[in-house]
Amino acid sequence: MNEKTKTSEDCSRRQFFTHISYTLGGLAALMVGIPIVGSVLAPIVKQPLPIWRPVGELKTFTVGDIVKVSFIDSSPLPWAGITAETAAWLHRKGQEDFTCFSVNCAHLGCPVRWVAGARLFMCPCHGGVYYEDGTVAAGPPPRGLYDYPVRINNGQVEILTSPIPITTV
Amino acid sequence: MESLRRAWLWFDDRTGLGSALGPVIKHPVPPNSASWFYVFGSATLFAFMLQVATGVALAFMYVPSAGEAYQSLQYITDQTTFGRIVRGMHNWGASAMILLIGVHMVRVYLTASYKFPREMHWISGVVLWALVVIMAFSGQVIRWDQTAVWSTIVASEQAGRIPFIGEWVAQFLIGGETIGGATLSRMFAYHVFIVPALLFIFIGLHLYLVIKNGISEFPKAGKPVDPKTYREEYEALVKKKGIPFWPDAAWRDMVFGFIVITTILVIALIIGPPALGPPPDPSNLDALPVPDWYFVFYFAFLALMPPQMETYLMVFGPLLVGALLFFLPFISNKGERSPLRRPWAIAIVALTIASISGLWAIGISSPWSPHFDAKPLTVEIIGADSGSIYRGGMDFNDKGCLYCHKISGHGGLRGPDLTHIGDRLSSNELTWRIMNGGLNMPGFGGTLTNDELSDLVIFLKSRTKQNQEASSLGGD
Repeated sequence: MNEKTKTSEDCSRRQFFTHISYTLGGLAALMVGIPIVGSVLAPIVKQPLPIWRPVGELKTFTVGDIVKVSFIDSSPLPWAGITAETAAWLHRKGQEDFTCFSVNCAHLGCPVRWVAGARLFMCPCHGGVYYEDGTVAAGPPPRGLYDYPVRINNGQVEILTSPIPITTV
Repeated sequence: MESLRRAWLWFDDRTGLGSALGPVIKHPVPPNSASWFYVFGSATLFAFMLQVATGVALAFMYVPSAGEAYQSLQYITDQTTFGRIVRGMHNWGASAMILLIGVHMVRVYLTASYKFPREMHWISGVVLWALVVIMAFSGQVIRWDQTAVWSTIVASEQAGRIPFIGEWVAQFLIGGETIGGATLSRMFAYHVFIVPALLFIFIGLHLYLVIKNGISEFPKAGKPVDPKTYREEYEALVKKKGIPFWPDAAWRDMVFGFIVITTILVIALIIGPPALGPPPDPSNLDALPVPDWYFVFYFAFLALMPPQMETYLMVFGPLLVGALLFFLPFISNKGERSPLRRPWAIAIVALTIASISGLWAIGISSPWSPHFDAKPLTVEIIGADSGSIYRGGMDFNDKGCLYCHKISGHGGLRGPDLTHIGDRLSSNELTWRIMNGGLNMPGFGGTLTNDELSDLVIFLKSRTKQNQEASSLGGD
């Protein structure tokens, strides 16, 4: 626009168009952005409710033994396939006394193995070792193994599904 | 040919592409930048183009579903025409990108090409490097075998150490509370849409900057960068002595790029893609998740860092490295560029390469990990087929000692080699050590019976140089 023809009215008119363009653009982005970002963030906002999962009849577990039990996550997606499976280490300490440890090393989450001969849990990744009560025996884990709530219901041993334990600061 | 030429002239007349791009690709560059030292950036770009092409081809066959991705990868590898080669090229192309972008960064750092006026070249390059690392990791995850599942958990656990928001970030990475259907879909979205889109944007910016500020001249010792005069001097240099980028400088890029692409193809043909591990079943605990070679040094770092400091190192270490790289041009953007006058730059590069190589070498053998597949001690090694020594040897096999200690070449590396332990420790010392543990060894006082302990000590006490020599002579 020629300087001579530029008036304060033109400037305010131009400013108005500039502001309305920015505002409408921002508003459109915000309107569509809320559902887009919301859908991406949903997994950390909407948590599934824990469920008691049966892992076997009481009589199938021997007192003193620690065995691996497998069960399905609390809310598996239809296409999850075998990734819906998870596992835990179940220790029958007495007639009705059970402890159930997470299989995830408290260091960085690798799968700990139960070495029955040594009565130790050993992690293959960075060398974490735990005693049979889940306390740290050696290596870098900052704490002992996490445990799952466990109960006996109608002769079945049941485990309460839980998130993968994340060791936080 | 004449009709093709006419068609091009018509197309160029209507689009103006030739006249727009011609001066860009033929822009003058300093003659000494037409050097074999300057080919790594373009080679990274060629590798990226190969990744895009092979990635698109794989997307025609890959099923990004947690329950079916593994089978689709088996199908791609074993049943499709050329699928094995395409997967191989995509895998080795990723390795090439990691390697080449690293060499390119070292070259830029050593020749201080990040200094005025090319600070944003470096910064956009650091962003590109970070994006390439994310692509490498997410690519390893969407391979979706057992290692992929556990690698995702390990990465999430590291994210979990971030103060305040760690758990959220971890669950964001996993796509929920546990590994499952959402994990792969989300990782696929990062690998195929989000990060590549960012890569295209930053590659565009990086190339635009190269055109805008010009390719840096090879540095001369004693000719420092002065922001007040640099641009004028550079323009005078390219005006007086500059050569057209295409083809005078670019032919080297093309030759080296050809070698890179051909090498990737040959490796894909001969070696093929990495073998898939067991299926991604989180309830299968018989796993040893080791990352691809370019992350092995970090895998070792995670194992070796002091436990008291690991949270800080895990969270703030990468942040510090990223920040140092990002802000490097603001630490120093003028002065000497020649590596001959910047001995600290050479020292930093040498130290970095030595550290990564050292960690990598240790990471390959992972001496801190119990060797679950260690071969049991034989009767010949034990030196007896009955009695306390024999029983102690069997206990050594069965009680997990073997996973961490080596005897006569059998066993793990985590603890000391016990081949001649009988020469070093008394029976009392052995008993004390087994019972109480120490120095990263668990105590076995609560798990061994008195008889087992006694047998084990007698067996270990028999591990002497003299006995071993006598045994090997007897064997002869």
